[in-house]
Order: sequence, then C-alpha cells, then structure tokens
Amino acid sequence: MTDPLLRLSGLTKAYPGVVANKDVSFDIMGGEIHALLGENGAGKSTLVKTIYGLVKPDSGQMSLHGIPFQPAEPRAARAAGVAMVFQHFSLFDAMTVAENIALGMEKPPPLRDIAARVRNVSEQYGLPLDPDRTVGGLSAGERQRVEIIRCLLQDPKLLIMDEPTSVLTPQEVAILFETLRKLRAEGTAILYISHKLEEIRALCDNATVLRLGEVVGTCDPRNTSARDMAELMVGSVLHVPQKAARPVGEIIVRLDALNAPAPHQFGTALRDISLEVRKGEVLGIGGVAGNGQDELVAALSGEMRVGAAMIQYQGTPIGKLGPNARRKLGLLAAPEERMGHAAAPDMTLTENAVMTATTRQHLARKGFVHWGRARSFAEAVIRAFDVRTPGPQNTARSLSGGNLQKFVIGREIMQDPDVLVVNQPTWGVDASAAAAIRQALLDLAVNGAAVICISQDLDELMEISDRFAALNEGRLSAPRPAAGLTVEQIGLMLGGAHDMEVAHVDA
Amino acid sequence: MIMLEKRPQPSRFWVLATPALAVVLTMFFGGLLFLALGKNPFETIRTIFLDPLFSEFAWYYRPQLLIKGAPLVLIAIGLSFGFRAGIWNIGAEGQYIVGAICGAAVGLAFYPLESFIIFPLMILAGALGGMLWAMIPGILRVKFGTNEILVSLMLVYVAEQLLASMALGALRNPDGMGFPGSRNLAQYPSAANLELISGSGMHWGVVTALIVVIFAYVTLSRHIFGFHVRLSGQSPRAARFAGVNPGRLILICMGLSGALAGLAGLFEVAGPAGQVSIDFNVGYGFTAIIVAFLGRLHPVGILLAGALMALTYIGGEIAQSNLGLPLAAIQLMQGMLLFFLLAVDVLTNYRVRFATGAAA
Repeated sequence: MTDPLLRLSGLTKAYPGVVANKDVSFDIMGGEIHALLGENGAGKSTLVKTIYGLVKPDSGQMSLHGIPFQPAEPRAARAAGVAMVFQHFSLFDAMTVAENIALGMEKPPPLRDIAARVRNVSEQYGLPLDPDRTVGGLSAGERQRVEIIRCLLQDPKLLIMDEPTSVLTPQEVAILFETLRKLRAEGTAILYISHKLEEIRALCDNATVLRLGEVVGTCDPRNTSARDMAELMVGSVLHVPQKAARPVGEIIVRLDALNAPAPHQFGTALRDISLEVRKGEVLGIGGVAGNGQDELVAALSGEMRVGAAMIQYQGTPIGKLGPNARRKLGLLAAPEERMGHAAAPDMTLTENAVMTATTRQHLARKGFVHWGRARSFAEAVIRAFDVRTPGPQNTARSLSGGNLQKFVIGREIMQDPDVLVVNQPTWGVDASAAAAIRQALLDLAVNGAAVICISQDLDELMEISDRFAALNEGRLSAPRPAAGLTVEQIGLMLGGAHDMEVAHVDA
Repeated sequence: MIMLEKRPQPSRFWVLATPALAVVLTMFFGGLLFLALGKNPFETIRTIFLDPLFSEFAWYYRPQLLIKGAPLVLIAIGLSFGFRAGIWNIGAEGQYIVGAICGAAVGLAFYPLESFIIFPLMILAGALGGMLWAMIPGILRVKFGTNEILVSLMLVYVAEQLLASMALGALRNPDGMGFPGSRNLAQYPSAANLELISGSGMHWGVVTALIVVIFAYVTLSRHIFGFHVRLSGQSPRAARFAGVNPGRLILICMGLSGALAGLAGLFEVAGPAGQVSIDFNVGYGFTAIIVAFLGRLHPVGILLAGALMALTYIGGEIAQSNLGLPLAAIQLMQGMLLFFLLAVDVLTNYRVRFATGAAA
C-alpha cells in the first residue's frame, strides 16, 4: 500500500454546545474518490472546512504527502493543492465565465489567456463551457462547471466537492461523473460529499461515515447496499416507508387541458396538461428542475389562476379560486422553496402556522387571529413531526433546512387535506427525516387523501408512487403505474420531446 | 477586526434599545455640532429637548406638542402599514394637502349655515380626498406597474400647485379684499376644529390620532389583515401562498395612508391653520416618514417618535429665537436622528464580534 495523500488523525473541533468533530481520523489516497457520508449535522461541513483552512481544529493533525498540513486560510490550502467546490456558488451574474475565473485568482493573467486555458481544460475533461458567456444565462450545472474549472486551473491534488449533484439534471450528473473519473485516472483524489447513496455506489471507491461528529465506519460503497450505508449513517435500522394496500377511490382532482403562460421571464409555460387523480393514490411527477414544476404547483395551489374549468375538484371548476378558497375545499399544497415561499423566514413558527392553516384550523374569528390556538397548532405540528426547535416562538430562519421542511410538510398534513400537492418534499432532508415524511404522505393516502408528489428524486418517487408521470417543458406525460417501470422507461418519459441522451440513472 | 454575525433571531433588547441609543448619539454629535457653531452644547440640548416641557413658558409649548405631534402620528401610522408591506407611499404631503382642500371646500360650501352635520361631513371629505389622491399612484402601480414612489412624490408638487390655485381662486375668501387664502374656518363654529379643553392643545385631530394608534396596534397584532401586511413585507411570495392578493393589498395600504394623511390635513386646516393658504403645508407629510421609521413602524413607537419629533420642532424654534441657532442646524440634527437610528439598527439583526486576524 502506498502512502496516503491526506491523512487526518484525531481531528476534534467543538463549538459552544456541540462537538462538531470528535477524534476524526482517516486517509485519502491519491487517485481515489472518497465519499464522506453522514446525516445533516453529522459534522461533514466542519471537517471539509478544516481541510480547506476555513476552520481551525481544536486538536489533531493533518498531513499532506506525509508533511504536516495546517492551512491557516483557504489560500494556504489552495497553494498546497487542495481545492473545493462549494454547494453554493460564488459567481457574479453580470460577468463572463472568464472574468469570474480571473476574479478568483491571485495574479490573474490576461483574460485572453484565461479564456484559452478554460477552453483547454473544458475540452480535456469533457466539461462543455464557453468562457465568453455571461454567468447570468448559465444553468446551475454550467455554473458548477465554472467552479470546477476554476479549481482545475490550480491543478489540485485533492478536490473537495460538497453535494455537487443536488442542482444537476441527470444528464449533467453523467457529464460530471465522467469528469471526476478522468481526474481520478490522472491521480487526483476527490473527497465527495453527498446524500445520494446510489450516486456514491456508482462513483466512489471508499466511504467514511460520520455520525454526531465521529467516524462510525468505513465501507466500500461498490459492495455495500444503499440501505446498509443509510443505516450506518442513521445508527439504527432505517425505517422503509410501507405502502399499505388501499382501495383507490373516485376521481377527486381533474386537470383538463391545463394551459398557462409562463408567469415570468425564466418561467415555463404549462401546455395541455390533462390528468385525473383519485382518492387514496399517490401520483408521482418526475422531471428535471425547471420543466414546469413550480408553475404546476402554483396552478394547483391557486397562486396562479387559470381557466376555471381547467382544474376541477370533485367536478366543480376551481381554476379561478384563490389559495384559501381551495384550502377550504381540502386542496392543500407545500411548495418547494422553504424560505420565503412555504415559510416566512423572519416570522415565528406560530405565525407560519397562521400563514396557511387559518382557514381549515379556524385560527381566526371574524378576521381576528386566535394566537393561542395558532400556537397549539404549531406545537402539535412540532410534536407530530419531530421538528427540532425549542418551541413555536422561534423564527423559521433559526431552523435547519430539514427541520423546517418537516414543519412545512407537517403543517399541511396536520390540516387533514383531501388532496395534498408537494414539491420536492424531502429536498435537503436527511435519510431518517425523509423516510418519516414519505411515510406521512403514504399514511395520508391510506386514509383516503390523494397525494400529488412532484420530485426530482426518482428513488423517492418509485418508493411512494402508485402512478408515475413526467413533466417536460411544461407538458405532462401520460401517467403509468409505477410498479414495474424500468429505469429505461422512466428515462424515456423524462426525456419526453427532448432529443437528448436518455438520463443515465444507476438504480 | 470587527465582524458582523447575523443573529438567528432579532434581538428583543436592541429592538427597544436602539431608538434610545440613537437619541443619545444624536444629542452627543448634535452637541458637538452646536459647539462648533460657537454655542454652549449643554444649553442648546436642554433648550431643544427639555425647555418645551419644563421651562417657565412650558404652558405655551406643551399644547403645541400635541398640535404638532398629532398630524405626524396620524400620517405616520397610515404610512407604516404600507411600509411594512413594502409599499412606498412617499407622497403623504400631497394627500395631506388634498385632504385639507376637500375638507375645507365642504365646510366653505355650507358657509354661513350652522349645523352639527357640517364638521363630520368635512372629516369624511378630508379622508376621501386624501384617499383618492393616494389611489392615483396605487391604481397606476397595480394596473401598469409604475413605481409608486415616483408617482406619489410627483403628485406632491401637483397638490402644491392645486393648493395655490385654490387659495387664489375657487376657495379665496370673497370678503378678503383680494388677499389670497380662504375664509378662516376657525371662526366658523360649525366647521371649526377647536380645542376640546381650553389651553390643552387637545383637538379632534389629537383624539383621532390616539384612536388610530390603538386601532393600528390591534390590527397589526391581532387581525389577519395586519398579519398579511407584515407577511407581504417580509416574503411577498409567501404572502401570495397565504392567499394575499398583492394588488388589493397595495390599494388598501395606499388608500389607508392617504385617508389618514387627508384627515390630518383636514384637522389642521379647520383648526391650528384655520384657512387654506398658499403656504398651508409645512412638511408634515415628509417628516412623518421619519417618524414612521423612528417608531420602527410600530404604532406605540410611532406615538413616541411623533412626540419626540414634535419636541425637536418646538425646541428647535425656541433655540432659533433664544439662542440664534440657524434653522439648518436644527434640520441637520433631525437628520442625524434618522441616520443614527438606521445605523444602530444593525445591532438588532447582527451581533458585533471582535475577532483577531488569525482566526478568521
């Protein structure tokens, strides 16, 4: 066995009230893709920030190529050959790709040289990117390529990637993986952080699992099932949502040639969507982000008004009704964006309960809010969905993403809907919480409600859906029974009218 | 190195403490300013902040406090609804003028008839006039997406011209020997907004302002409309999801602020000012914007801020006449007050950290 590229030994970092990393030791070898696994709050971010020089450990050592490595700041880490691609990009929309890359350099060469080097690297690693385009017009995947190329220009020995695929389409994921494999072949080590276990199984050579700041295990992801890895992360037997057999009832929501123009410049028009949803079923709607998901949710929730007869609820046309009139009927929704859409960040959880639950929970009498009752309702949601917060007087902003998601979904489920529309219900939520949310959706269906679940997570959709349809450029494919759908069939449905290569999903 | 760290929750302590800190900082730097002007800073600060309340002539100044404070509070409360919802009505001065013109016109139309119904009709007309004037930017915004800040501000100048034309034309006192200005409403019992208790400064406008403060407090904290106003300001998308119709909210907030500004104008023209004249407006509509923010858009805060602002106005006048301080210095000090308030506001949402360079 050769010497490791980076050796971590006994890294410990404590913050007031919480030990983020406790005696973390493992090795990363040159030319391997090493996965770092763990639930939200397991200490992954602190660990990679330590490696990247953003956090100083309380104790413990690192060595790079056998030489002690203590980066005081990211610049030192970069100089030593460690590069990092963050989950959130730091790019200026109004500037070109080349200008953005120049901004990140210590001594930038002339823009023309940068553009040439960008072209070189992008060809060499199969990352299509035009250095002269403005960043504002790029997709999330292309923006990520800017960040990756920015790192590659430094010729790194170790590349850290934090949740790189959460914003990518399946096609872009395939391209990214090719690039990472090429880098590995050239001897670059990659530390890869992700929630998506199937990706890790497809890509990584080694995995280290963190739980509550400690290393709880290592495994070879190629020979370990996703379920085993998830259980290692959670530390208990993972509860897999159970679909109970249930009779499918009458049609409750019918979309009849739903057409709607794009609500804004970057929106997607809905075209001719026809659909029937029955009581007691879960309809899964897949599709790559930006193909009309937000618009479909807005049309269903009542935020976007459409032709009256385009949406029918138990035979009544409701396309012109607003959100609260629809809530009164029993049609509830939980949009994708938690902060600022499903919840108001600076308001308390009690106030956020009032936001959507006033109509059905009778939280107001003659327009006057019954704050006591609102508070009890918020408390009930917190209890039922295990939302980790000191209490309903805390602001939504103070909750972690996963916890707020539990609150937002729980708030709708606790209102006992007849139809629930959810968009990305478990986005950014850790494995055990995601399982709880999915189970709650299934329970809702068992009790006779219809659930429309829009998601980009195909595993999730396959797990809970009875029928599956795909959105593509604002059109919806005909729903098909989810049981027995193969990956190829799903890929074709997702591809729709696109003349693209079929999404490559290893499942 | 000083670093700002966002607090998970706005600090309750600093929400209350920042206005006080801003006043103290204003006194300190205002004092330096007065010192630089060759005045005794302590005497000047005392003249401005304390003399209106405690000097031997306080019997005259205290009623003035109510007379000056009431329109500020009335207008600022109206504005605070819009400001909380992210609707920026900057033209309260114009709505104040139009409210005064409409209210006065109704009163003058009945002259010299005496009836108990005249004053209530004038109040109605004043509120309606201000409301309609504010609806112009409101409707333009909803229908055509125009910027309500610009339109409402521009309409102030239109209103000023309208005021001049009324004072010189339609509403001019026929018995006034050609002088500009209307009949004096204060001398027309059915239309006069007189002091309710002699020598107290307490007129119907003051009473209305106090009622409006209570009404606003209850609406914002208990009523679903107040909740929707706050929600719209913080997260417009979440508000739409909660079922708020943004266009309707704009119209309601513009209409409400316009109506209250119009009311303030009516109470002023029928009482302290007495007549429609070319120089009737003195900037209450603009100062009320400062009052609204100084009071943190909170009804009780606005009440206190209105009182403080009225105090600096009256104190400023005393300082001008007794100490020979220029008006510009007083205005500079009032500007400082707003500046410091906004500056120390950072402490409410951020924590100041003193960090050493190495551990960044």
